[in-house]
Amino acid sequence: MPAIIKAISYYLPEKKFSNEDFGKIFPDSLSDANLKKLGIKERRIVGEHQTASDLAVESALQLFKEHDIDKNEIDFILFCAQEFDHYTPTTACLIQERLEIPTHCGALDFNLGCSGYIYGLSLAKGLIDACGSKNVLLLTSSTLTKTFHPKDKSSRYIFGDGAAATIINNGPNENNIGPFVFGTDGKRGDKIIIKDGGARNTITIESNVDFEDDYGNITNNAHFFMNGTSIFNFGLKTVPKMVEELLIKAGLKIDQIDLFIFHQTNNFMNDMIRKKIGIPEEKFVVHIENCGNTVSSTIPIALHESIRIGKAKKGQIILLAAFGTGLSWAATIIRL
Amino acid sequence: MLLEEFIQKLEPEFEDMPKGVLKPDTDYRTIKGWSSMHALIIIAFVDINFNITLNGSDLRSTKTITDLYNLVQQKKSS
Repeated sequence: MPAIIKAISYYLPEKKFSNEDFGKIFPDSLSDANLKKLGIKERRIVGEHQTASDLAVESALQLFKEHDIDKNEIDFILFCAQEFDHYTPTTACLIQERLEIPTHCGALDFNLGCSGYIYGLSLAKGLIDACGSKNVLLLTSSTLTKTFHPKDKSSRYIFGDGAAATIINNGPNENNIGPFVFGTDGKRGDKIIIKDGGARNTITIESNVDFEDDYGNITNNAHFFMNGTSIFNFGLKTVPKMVEELLIKAGLKIDQIDLFIFHQTNNFMNDMIRKKIGIPEEKFVVHIENCGNTVSSTIPIALHESIRIGKAKKGQIILLAAFGTGLSWAATIIRL
Repeated sequence: MLLEEFIQKLEPEFEDMPKGVLKPDTDYRTIKGWSSMHALIIIAFVDINFNITLNGSDLRSTKTITDLYNLVQQKKSS
């Protein structure tokens, strides 16, 4: 039985961080013209005591309510995040209990950033195609803002917190998710990194020694670091090639794609990628203004909103593409 | 593309910059409100117009608009 996306919902935490708030902390750091180019007006920030699993649980409850999902039918939980509740147990197991999903379901965490949603779809499809799963709950969640140095203006501008919940089930006839293209380059793992505090490097006094990049962003090894120019070039090079590979694999021409939903990094970068590939503006989904870059949830949030406003319709062929920390990238085609 | 044309085309990319501010000897990091966004604008401009990728260390090796122009010419011919 082929895998299809049955329903999507999402949850954003209550606390807002607007461009006005940003301007109060970093006065004169971004002109109005540059703010417009980036396309973000507001992001949501996770509460001090909220975790990525809390946001994911909220998004799942929203999904059950919005789409009348019977949680007793869920037989697998996939939880994509980078901030887990404990070293052990697996956070997805705790989510099973919190959502009161029957104990006959499988559950696993996987750790990926911005490419996570597409990897999650591939895992769900694999479970359905090869293991007989019937209803997979894919949860993506990010609380990345907790890891930012207070003086890291670029990261604080770009990212917001949030979570999305997707049900992938076995649908009738046509194959509705796939093919996939994947890519990984661990050699460039240091381009987006929190260097200290994991198993490799413990936190030491040196971890908290600040350093400044060429653009006045201050961080240290105990906090999030992103080399913005490297990631910009990575996106510009990787995504067009990945889209080309995927279209060949799918036996489709670019004009047969009805809609393109890419990971929402920021509008400037996404628009550059769009132009390089030659995608018409009306087929390219932009949804970042009120939530910022929510890491692994940008694609399901944009897809949900596209369905809600009628831009994404039943029967359409939609190309999804994402790239981020790892470095990691992935793309796939879905049919609604 | 000559230096003059390079400047003429690059300047409007910085939408917040008044016309005629960018000169061959302008230290581009002294642009008002210099940020990583300006660096991305330069990288995108060079990518679109010359099909050349500039990275962070390329930018670090240049100071003025002339330096930037020369770097692009050098990369183009190599």
